[in-house]
Amino acid sequence: MTQTIAASATSGTTTTSHNLTPEQIEELGRELDEIRDDIMSTLGARDAAYIRTVITVQRAIELSSRAVLLFSRVPAAWVLGTAGLAVAKTLENMEIGHNILHGQWDWMRDPKIHSSTWEWDAISPAKQWQYTHNELHHTYTNVIGRDNDLGYGIMRVSEDQPWTLYSLIQAPVNLLNAAFFEYGIALYDMEALEYVEGRVEKDVFVGKAKEAARKLGRQVAKDYIIHPLVSGPNALSTLTATFTANMLRNLWTHSVIICGHFPEGVETFETDSIEGETRGGWYLRQMLGSANISGPYLMHVMTGNLSFQIEHHLFPDMPSNRYAEAAPRVREVFDRYGLRYVSGPLHKQLGSAWWKIIRLSAPNHDPDRTRLETITNAVRESVRGLGGRLQSMLGRGR
Amino acid sequence: MRRSPSSLLVGGLRRVARALASPRDPGDYLDMFSPLRPGAALRGRITSIVREPTGAVTVTIRPGKDWAGHRPGQYVRVGIQVDGVRQWRAYSITSPGAERTLTITVKPVEGGVVSNHLGTRARVGELVSLEQAAGEFVLPDAVPPKLLFVAAGSGITPIMGMLRGHADALTDVVMIHSSASERAALFGPELRVLGEDPRVRLIERHTDTQERLGFDELDELVPDWTDRQAWVCGPAAMLDEAEEHWAEAGIEDRLHIERFRPVILGDPEDGGEVTFRVSGRTVDAPGDRPLLDVGEESHVLMPSGCRMGICFGCVGSLAEGTVRHLRTGELIETTEDPVQIQTCITAAAGRCVIDL
Repeated sequence: MTQTIAASATSGTTTTSHNLTPEQIEELGRELDEIRDDIMSTLGARDAAYIRTVITVQRAIELSSRAVLLFSRVPAAWVLGTAGLAVAKTLENMEIGHNILHGQWDWMRDPKIHSSTWEWDAISPAKQWQYTHNELHHTYTNVIGRDNDLGYGIMRVSEDQPWTLYSLIQAPVNLLNAAFFEYGIALYDMEALEYVEGRVEKDVFVGKAKEAARKLGRQVAKDYIIHPLVSGPNALSTLTATFTANMLRNLWTHSVIICGHFPEGVETFETDSIEGETRGGWYLRQMLGSANISGPYLMHVMTGNLSFQIEHHLFPDMPSNRYAEAAPRVREVFDRYGLRYVSGPLHKQLGSAWWKIIRLSAPNHDPDRTRLETITNAVRESVRGLGGRLQSMLGRGR
Repeated sequence: MRRSPSSLLVGGLRRVARALASPRDPGDYLDMFSPLRPGAALRGRITSIVREPTGAVTVTIRPGKDWAGHRPGQYVRVGIQVDGVRQWRAYSITSPGAERTLTITVKPVEGGVVSNHLGTRARVGELVSLEQAAGEFVLPDAVPPKLLFVAAGSGITPIMGMLRGHADALTDVVMIHSSASERAALFGPELRVLGEDPRVRLIERHTDTQERLGFDELDELVPDWTDRQAWVCGPAAMLDEAEEHWAEAGIEDRLHIERFRPVILGDPEDGGEVTFRVSGRTVDAPGDRPLLDVGEESHVLMPSGCRMGICFGCVGSLAEGTVRHLRTGELIETTEDPVQIQTCITAAAGRCVIDL
C-alpha cells in the first residue's frame, strides 16, 4: 500500500485526488493545528457579544412573529409572521442551536449558552443529536458503513455504496425527507434504522424513543395547539402559518446540509481506510469530504456558517463567527498541497447534490450489462425472493 | 387546601407561557426587557466605578429585586465577564447594608484577571451575575461592648463593612490595620477620621518602614486584648499565627477569622487523568491544582462558590478514583457510593472520574 488514506477514495468517475506522503499529511495536520490555535487564542469579548446579539435578535424576531401571527387571518400578517417565524427557527436551529451543541461557546462558561444545558427548537432531543452528530458523523465523516450521515442510511450518495431497488425512488424520498427533515433527524438520532436492523439493543432504543416522544409532545403542543389557541378566532390560520414556517425551515436546513457533503467533487472513504488514522489523516479526510457554499454575509449567518462546512469539519468547536476568518488560510493550505477545495454558490451546490442523488438512483455502469439489465435482474430477484417468502409462509400456514 | 381562583389563573397562565416558550424558559424572553426583575436569576448592574487613591477600585452594584440584603462582614460572589468568559469571584461587601446598592472594594493584584478588569475595562451599566451574600464573618446581633479588629492588606474589606454597618452600636473598638504604607492603606483616610471618634482607637502599622505586627505585641499594644471579642482578617500565615496565639491564651472562642485563600498542599507530580463524565471531557490534571480550575479551563460547566473551601457551592460527585484535599492533604477515595467533593479545594491524585 502506498498511501495511508483515501487510497480508495472515489468521486464520480475520478479516483484518488491526492498523492501526499505520510510525512506531508502530518505536516498538513500541524499547519491546520496552527490556524486553529491562532484563532482560538484570540477568542474574547467580541465573540461573546456576537453570539449574545444573535440570540437576542433571534428571540426578538420570534416574539414579534408570534405576535403578528395572532392576527394571522389578515393575509399580510400571515405572510409576515410565517416568514419571520421561519427565519427565527432557522437561526435557532443553525447559528445558535447547532453551534452551541457543538460546544463552540462553552469557553464563555455561561450556563445559559453551554453544550451541556442547551435544548433546541427541534424534535430531536439535543442529547441524542449530539451523540449521532458530534460523536459519529464528525468522527467518521464520509466513511462508508460508519458515517450514517452519508445518505442518512436511506440514500445512496456515493458509487461505493451498494445499489438496491430501493435506490430507484431515492429522489422523491429525499424530497419528502427535506420537507419533514426535523422528524427524519429525530428518527435518525434515536437510531430507529439501527434498531430495526438489530444493531441497537431494544431497551436502549425504547429509552431514546420515549425521550423523543416527550420532546415531540412539547414541540407539537407549542406550535400546533397552544400558539393557535392563543390566536383565538385565527387559530386555524396560525396553525397553517406555523406548519409552513416549520416546513420552510426544514427545506432550508436540509438544503444547506446536503450541500455540505453530497455535491460532486466530495469524496467518500472505505471503512478500512481509517484504521490507524493519525490526526493529519483525519484532517485530510475532513478536507476531502466536505464542501462549502459561497455567498454574502447574511447567507452565511442563515446557514449557521455551515456554508463554511470545510472549516467547520476541521474545527468543529471553533465559534462559527470565526470560520470566515479561517477560510482563506485553510484554502491556502488546500492550494499548496494540491487539494481540491469544493465550493460554489448555493444554487450550483444544491443542483449538484440533487443531481448526484438522482444519478445514483440508477446502478453503477457495469461493462458486462446495461443498467436496465441490472435493474430488471434486481426486480426479478426481488420477486423471486418475495415468492419464496410467500411460499414458505403458506407452507407454514398449512 | 383549595386554591383561590386568581392563583389558579396565575398558575394556568404560567403553564401556558412555559409551553409556548419551550424549549426555552419564559424568563429567557423576559430577561431581554427586565433582567433585574423579581424571579430572574440574580444579577446586578454596575452603577459606579471609583478609583481610590490607593489604587483600589470601589464598584457599586444595584442588585436585582430578589437580593435579600447582607450582614456587614459578609461576602458576595460576583460573576463578571472578562474577555467573554464568565469569571466568579468572592468579594467582601464594604457597604453598611441598609441601602438598595452594595459596594465592593477590590485591589488589583498582579496577574489578577478580575481585579485588573474591574480597574480598567469594566463599565458602568454592565450586568454582572450575583449570588446572595454569604459568610459567617459577622458581628452577632447583640454587638459585644469591647471589640478588637485586626486586618492586614485587603483583609480590611469585611471589617470596613462592619465598622460602617454597626457605626451606631460600637462602644469600644481597637482597630489594628497593617498595610505597606500610609498611602497604600485601604480606607486609610476614612479609618483615620474614625480614629478620632473617642469610641475607636486606631493603630496603624506600615510594613514598608516598620516591623510586621506580631501577636506577641498585643499585650503591650492592647493590654486588655483577652477581654475583647476579636475579628481578624488577612493572609493565611497571619491567621495561623492568630489561631495559635488565641489558643495559647485559652480564649479561642473569642477569635473570629476569615480565610481568603486556602493553604495549598499537594504535589503537581501526583496528579492524573480527570474525566468530567457529564461534559465528556478528559484532561491531565496536576496534583496541586484545584479540580475546579482544571474543569473551567477545559470549558466544563463547573458549579462554583467561594473558591476557598467554605461554601460547598462547587460540590461535584466523585464517581471513580482518588482526589486529594488540598488543605488537609488527606486522600479521598470512592467507596461503593459516589463521594461528594468540593472541587475548589481538591485536586486529582491519580486517575479519577467526576460527574460534572
